[in-house]
Amino acid sequence: MTTETETANTETALRLSSLTLTAGRDKCGRPETGDIHFRPGEITALLGPTGSGKSRLLGDIESLAAGDTPTGRRMLLNGQSPDDDTRFELQGRLVAQLTQNMNFVLDMGVMDFLRTHALSREVASPDETAGRVFAAANSLAGEPFRPETQLTQLSGGQSRALMIADTALLSWSPVLLIDEIENAGVDKRRALDLLLSTDKIIVMATHDPILALAAGRRLIFENGAVTKTLRRSPAETACLARLEEMERRWSEIRTALRRGEPLPSPA
Amino acid sequence: MRLVTVAGPPSCGKTSIVARACAALRENGVTSAVVKFDCLQSRDDELYAAAGIPVTVALSGGLCPDHFFATNLEEAFAWAGGTGAEACVIETAGLCNRCAPHLRGALALCVIDNLMGIDAPEKIGPMLRLADVVAVTKGDLVSQAEREVYRYRIRQMNRRAVIRHVNGLTGQGCRDLAAIMALAPDIGGVTEMKLRFAMPAAVCSYCLSEMRIGARYQKGNVKKAEFGDRHDNGN
Repeated sequence: MTTETETANTETALRLSSLTLTAGRDKCGRPETGDIHFRPGEITALLGPTGSGKSRLLGDIESLAAGDTPTGRRMLLNGQSPDDDTRFELQGRLVAQLTQNMNFVLDMGVMDFLRTHALSREVASPDETAGRVFAAANSLAGEPFRPETQLTQLSGGQSRALMIADTALLSWSPVLLIDEIENAGVDKRRALDLLLSTDKIIVMATHDPILALAAGRRLIFENGAVTKTLRRSPAETACLARLEEMERRWSEIRTALRRGEPLPSPA
Repeated sequence: MRLVTVAGPPSCGKTSIVARACAALRENGVTSAVVKFDCLQSRDDELYAAAGIPVTVALSGGLCPDHFFATNLEEAFAWAGGTGAEACVIETAGLCNRCAPHLRGALALCVIDNLMGIDAPEKIGPMLRLADVVAVTKGDLVSQAEREVYRYRIRQMNRRAVIRHVNGLTGQGCRDLAAIMALAPDIGGVTEMKLRFAMPAAVCSYCLSEMRIGARYQKGNVKKAEFGDRHDNGN
């Protein structure tokens, strides 16, 4: 049988200049309108009711669809259908994932773990890299945590912040699939900015208006297929600014309440 | 008939992913039959039966299940052949991590899960080290970072295996696993095949149902451990 050529030493980051999903079909077999292209450094938000096809699209990317999934889509890398050997080699390496179900389960301190992850990536200076991820994670977390804090003792928001920072700065995968990151205790905009700065292809299923508007492009789903592709308009950019201001206020009020401070009368 | 041996620690998801992979194999026109070796009891056959896959369970009871597996392999293979299957999958319980059911000349699959702790790949021993394919389950429950570190640790223990992430609940990755299983060597029989790793030498009085504790009851292949340095009692 075929043996994988990959070894620990070559589990390095993959370079990808584009990813395409060819038009598939909806749950009734009607064809989709067109191919969808994804590029590094771009966030695409997936929107639609539960069961409308968002997870299927994430699944198509994750499984390197070749016309063999329910949607009939095919995935192209850099404009080409990957051959069998490439597909085989990319399984489990092309895509990093971030979902709300994920937890840290290891009995390790944060910094020890980051160093371990950096070592496994065989980076030049594991300590420095681990320090960078730690700092980035703390800048996203609503409440700071310490280098020696146990992974399993992190709050939900701290865990999410650490996962985002680690995925952005240490993950080997050129594609990041996000299934809902809205979570109290994470600075969402900063998280997206960090992810964008990494030149990954980011595809995010979300119901959160701020995250949806923060993406440059939105795919709207219905009955298993993409029915609309929207680019953020200037009016929507203004709306995003307003929503972010509201969220900032919301968070100030939460902080004041937690500290037992009296709330100022509404402006 | 093609032969696949499957090993992995208890509750890591062997049965779920093998049942799904066998169903995927069938969709590709390859029929399979499963023999499940277990110790005391097993209801795993229900899962296979529900998926419409011929299955039989062999319980080792008072015997070492790994020795029991080796002793019954010819008969197990013959049973699978009798079902008309093109692939025989033998699932074993994993148990003490000391043994591996893997055979030279058959496809060896090891299943481990992402929740077992970062040192698990080292502790699992020959059933991981000597496998051709390592299927990692429960990756949807842990962080991407932990998955990557875990995969690295597996790679350190086994440089040549194909590593696959699979999900026994959603079936994600099981089609891919089935495609690998379909490449298992097609063999005429298991007689004269060899295990990849010797089973433990275990002929002491406790193998023969001795229950009492004490040096005078210990006969045969008895090995005494060293328990740290001798304590100086203040003399």
